[in-house]
Amino acid sequence: MENLLEVKGLEVSFPSPAGDFKPVAGVDFVLEPGRTLGLVGESGCGKTLTALSILRLLPPPGKITAGKINLQGVDLVTLPEKEMVKIRGAKVAMIFQEPMTSLNPVFTIGNQVTEAIRAHQRISRAAARRRAVELLRAVNIPRAEERLGDYPHQFSGGMRQRVMLAMAISCRPLVLIADEPTTALDVTVQAQIMGLLKRLREELAMSLLLVTHDLGIVAQATDRVAVMYLGRIVETCPTPLIFQSPAHPYTRGLLRSVPRLGQRIRRLQAIEGVVPESSLRPRGCSFHPRCELADERCREAEPVLETVGDSHLAACHKAPPPAGKTDG
Amino acid sequence: MVNYLLRRILIIPVMLLMISLITLGVMHISPGDPAALRYGLNPEVSATALDRMRELYGLDQPFLTQYRGWLIRVVSLDLGNSFIDDRPVQTIILERLPATLLLNILSLALIFAVAIPIGVVSAWRRGSFFDRSAGLLVFIGYSTPTFWLALLLIMFFGVRLGWFPISGMRPWYVQFMPPAAQLRDLASRLVLPVFATAFGGLAGLSRYARSSVLEVLRQDYVRAARAKGLTEKRVVWKHAVKNALLPVVTIMGLTLPSLIGGSVIFETIFSWPGMGRLGYNAIMNYDYPVVMGVGVLSAFLTLVGILISDLAYAWIDPRIRYR
Ligand SMILES: Nc1ncnc2c1ncn2[C@@H]1O[C@H](COP(=O)(O)OP(=O)(O)O)[C@@H](O)[C@H]1O
Ligand code: SF4
Ligand SMILES: [Mg+2]
Repeated sequence: MENLLEVKGLEVSFPSPAGDFKPVAGVDFVLEPGRTLGLVGESGCGKTLTALSILRLLPPPGKITAGKINLQGVDLVTLPEKEMVKIRGAKVAMIFQEPMTSLNPVFTIGNQVTEAIRAHQRISRAAARRRAVELLRAVNIPRAEERLGDYPHQFSGGMRQRVMLAMAISCRPLVLIADEPTTALDVTVQAQIMGLLKRLREELAMSLLLVTHDLGIVAQATDRVAVMYLGRIVETCPTPLIFQSPAHPYTRGLLRSVPRLGQRIRRLQAIEGVVPESSLRPRGCSFHPRCELADERCREAEPVLETVGDSHLAACHKAPPPAGKTDG
Repeated sequence: MVNYLLRRILIIPVMLLMISLITLGVMHISPGDPAALRYGLNPEVSATALDRMRELYGLDQPFLTQYRGWLIRVVSLDLGNSFIDDRPVQTIILERLPATLLLNILSLALIFAVAIPIGVVSAWRRGSFFDRSAGLLVFIGYSTPTFWLALLLIMFFGVRLGWFPISGMRPWYVQFMPPAAQLRDLASRLVLPVFATAFGGLAGLSRYARSSVLEVLRQDYVRAARAKGLTEKRVVWKHAVKNALLPVVTIMGLTLPSLIGGSVIFETIFSWPGMGRLGYNAIMNYDYPVVMGVGVLSAFLTLVGILISDLAYAWIDPRIRYR
């Protein structure tokens, strides 16, 4: 299938007197039309910065210093800001991890939703209002019409995330980026929001880039998954394969850390050792200090993403070679 | 909210009581009194005459008795008569208030009208030529003593160029002019004092607005607004400005007392017949009733100003409004 969104060699740097800090250091992935890609990894591995790069909304002084982000063949990295404004919210929309703080406290919900609509569509205020009501209904907000005049603080976290979602889909984007959309919410609300996301993705035929650290969500909601470690993709494959035949030791560690029934943990911490500061990226394979399989070669040479199976890639010297080939 | 408001209003009389007590107390313990000031150096006036004079003003009474007397009159809305010319304090204050109000309202309006846009544009175009020039101006504004600036303005625009009159508000001869000419005269007399009094505030408020906007621009909801595809202009002027101006509104309420209190320095430099000079002269003359009147009025307005700014804040910020 043709790729809708293609990220190639994406690098994000924060200049600092002690040398540039690169929290994203060469990320590659593709998003196919109408599919969901899960971007997984421990906290701090660069998922949010990768997502923000696509919209070119990196917090200053962060900058994209290398790579391409092709949306329908147009490179967003080099697009003038004037054109980028037309992409944000129209072709690529995003919802965030913190629904509590993502709505402006001093404007009504109606004001903020109609603003999203009118940013890209030339319609009257009244028409935008009607559309806002429709959108709020689409995300299951009860008494949508009355609630237009309410302020964000009158909504719960889950309801605010629904409002964010309503704004995000208001211009029927091609790509929706959801950055840990349920991390800040209660478990029951999480399930509702995930259900809603899935339904809307199907109804609107959007592609979804779902950032998460929850492998349960990955299993439920994604078609394909990309595992990120220290600013790089270390493994990517169709979702079922990640559970059946994980090729990268880090991925296997993540799977082992999935909480058993009854013990929910929020972060993937069960792997030995801690995530090193991205500024102190280890030589060779950046996972080697925590990897039980690490040997001399891992400490010296950096592995690159290589095919290990049917549309299955991993960046590890010890990953099983693709079927039919022998280790060289 | 109603409860809160009620509490805030009820506390005002209590505060006024304390403030007036302290004001009278400070005057009481400061050396000298009106009788001594006027006649103390005159050898013709005997000590008994001085004492009779003190008796007349009630200055021989114990402190608290004096205070009680003053308080009883004030409650019946009588601020007493000036020791100097025996005219009612109310009349004297009402004579001086318009001059100060006119000058300070214009100056405040100028400050807000100019400083906020400068601050917002500086934040919006941070690091630009505009931002850096504004920063330099502010630096100059902070470090220039404003009385000196006032004198420079008078010398340059008043004396050298002769564009504006240098002092006074309403000279005696204007009463013979037609109304339009009177107005023009007043306007030309306002230019220098308004600019001089606004200058310091301009520097402070524009920097304040700038940092306030920059702070808001870092918020999550600003990033979310950008993600919707709003232009940077709209993000700044709609989303950042309203939030950033919340604290500025507070400042606006807090300026109310200075609005009425007047400034001794500027009113002296420009011979402006306002409240600042009135209060200053009253203190120098031990004119207790006028000092008390001006003091209590300023205190009252300060408290009202704080109340208004809180209410304005609540009115803008829905999180507080609905509490
Ligand atoms: N504004 C910033 N300035 C400097 N470093 C940042 C900034 N935002 C994120 N980082 C760093 O970049 C790394 C990746 O951050 P992020 O993308 O938010 O991780 P994730 O979303 O995977 O938890 C982290 O080490 C974080 O400390
Ligand atoms: S390359 Fe070596 S250190 Fe890195 S993950 Fe593979 S085995 Fe472990
Ligand atoms: Mg994140």
